[in-house]
Amino acid sequence: MTLDWSVFCKDTLTGEVAPRCFSFLFGIDPNADPTYLDWLISAWGWTLAVAGLSLGLAFILGVLIGTLRTLPQNNAFHRSLAFLGTVWVELFRNIPLLVQVFLWYHVVPAFFPWMKSFPSYLLVSIALGLFTSARIAEQIRAGIQALPSGQRNAAIALGMTTTQSYRYVLLPMGMRIIIPPLTSECMNIIKNSSVAFAVSVPELTLFALQAQEETSRGIEIYLAVTGLYVVSALSMNRLMAWVERKVRLPGFITASNTAMH
Amino acid sequence: MNLDLSFYNWALFTSYIQKGLIFSVQLTVIATLGGILFGTVLALMRLSGKPWLALPAAAYVNTMRSIPLVMVILWFFLLMPLIIGKPIGVNLSAIITFLAFEAAYFSEIVRAGIQSIPKGQIYAGQALGMSYSQNMRIVVLPQAFRNMIPVFMTQTIILFQDTSLVYAIGAYDLLKGFEIAGKNFGRPIETYLLAAVTYFLICFTLSRIVKHIQEKVAIIR
Repeated sequence: MTLDWSVFCKDTLTGEVAPRCFSFLFGIDPNADPTYLDWLISAWGWTLAVAGLSLGLAFILGVLIGTLRTLPQNNAFHRSLAFLGTVWVELFRNIPLLVQVFLWYHVVPAFFPWMKSFPSYLLVSIALGLFTSARIAEQIRAGIQALPSGQRNAAIALGMTTTQSYRYVLLPMGMRIIIPPLTSECMNIIKNSSVAFAVSVPELTLFALQAQEETSRGIEIYLAVTGLYVVSALSMNRLMAWVERKVRLPGFITASNTAMH
Repeated sequence: MNLDLSFYNWALFTSYIQKGLIFSVQLTVIATLGGILFGTVLALMRLSGKPWLALPAAAYVNTMRSIPLVMVILWFFLLMPLIIGKPIGVNLSAIITFLAFEAAYFSEIVRAGIQSIPKGQIYAGQALGMSYSQNMRIVVLPQAFRNMIPVFMTQTIILFQDTSLVYAIGAYDLLKGFEIAGKNFGRPIETYLLAAVTYFLICFTLSRIVKHIQEKVAIIR
């Protein structure tokens, strides 16, 4: 069994080997038909775009919901916010991601007709973003709860309001603790973006399925796609390691002594 | 937008959903039991201290964990017929894939579980003259598995949710059952909603049970 990598230089319309492997993309030869390599790179772009959009959404919502779940339970408003956070987390982590993608793609626009104009990559990003937000919320909660109670008390003693204590003390400290689990969540989001194939977003997995069918060179195609997933996840890992180094406070708690799941 | 659930009745369940539910549960049970078995083997290989056992196991686990499950499903579906020499069905392909994939995840749980056993326990076993395998079998693993039960169950819930990804190769699972019912009745919106509710009820109930068990099995030191 030999591998034939020339499949990536083939024209996606005629199936012939094109004069240049990279032709259409990057405007090298704008008049040429795209090759499989062009298609692969653009699919990678879609994967990164969906993952990036979802991550932004998941991070904002995750921090918000995670914070709500740790509010001091001293009045009915705080208790109902914490309850809302619990409902959010339980809802989004007890339904399979693929089902959630279908819900956003088929069901939600039926109830909100203005969403019918949303492109599918956006709907998938919302689905993946909300799914991941529940997981990030749990990590944020764990991070804040792992802080010594003296941190919160010190903030109160300094006369800070609840908002200020979260803004200046609890979140900056808690978020530093959870960088390691957050890193694996960032890598998960790249892997999970593969469900976008189910609603025809032209990302890596859909490329793998379609190009495999068209060219019958499944192994080469899958190797390339798998390689790009691994490269993306590893880059995310390095990026987060850099962030962790950048924001490290000398002499403060690290994640190594914090239990997390 | 009005929902019409009048088409949803017992006959629909038995003719569309039941078959899918049975396959999803089958897949979950086989992958959990097989995953724990092979995962334990992989974990023991990694902790054996012998590079020729530890390195291949680590490479296998890290490879599986860095590839999206959908791609793993597609890989096995592509490669299995080439290896065996004849085409295999989507269901068998899905079962083999999940066994191989989950073994990697369960091995990480088992490894963490074994490492959570205090060193003194192992030294005590050695001091009593136990061999490596006796020490593992009589002292370490029984305690480690007890600690691991809730994590295993949480992983099983995730695994049950992940079985929906066999969509990629068109296997007939719980989600597919709902989808086909929705197409046949022309009611995709209602059936997707029902699918979500069904998965939610199953997973939520299981996660409550896990929480309960977690409180029961915890070893108090």
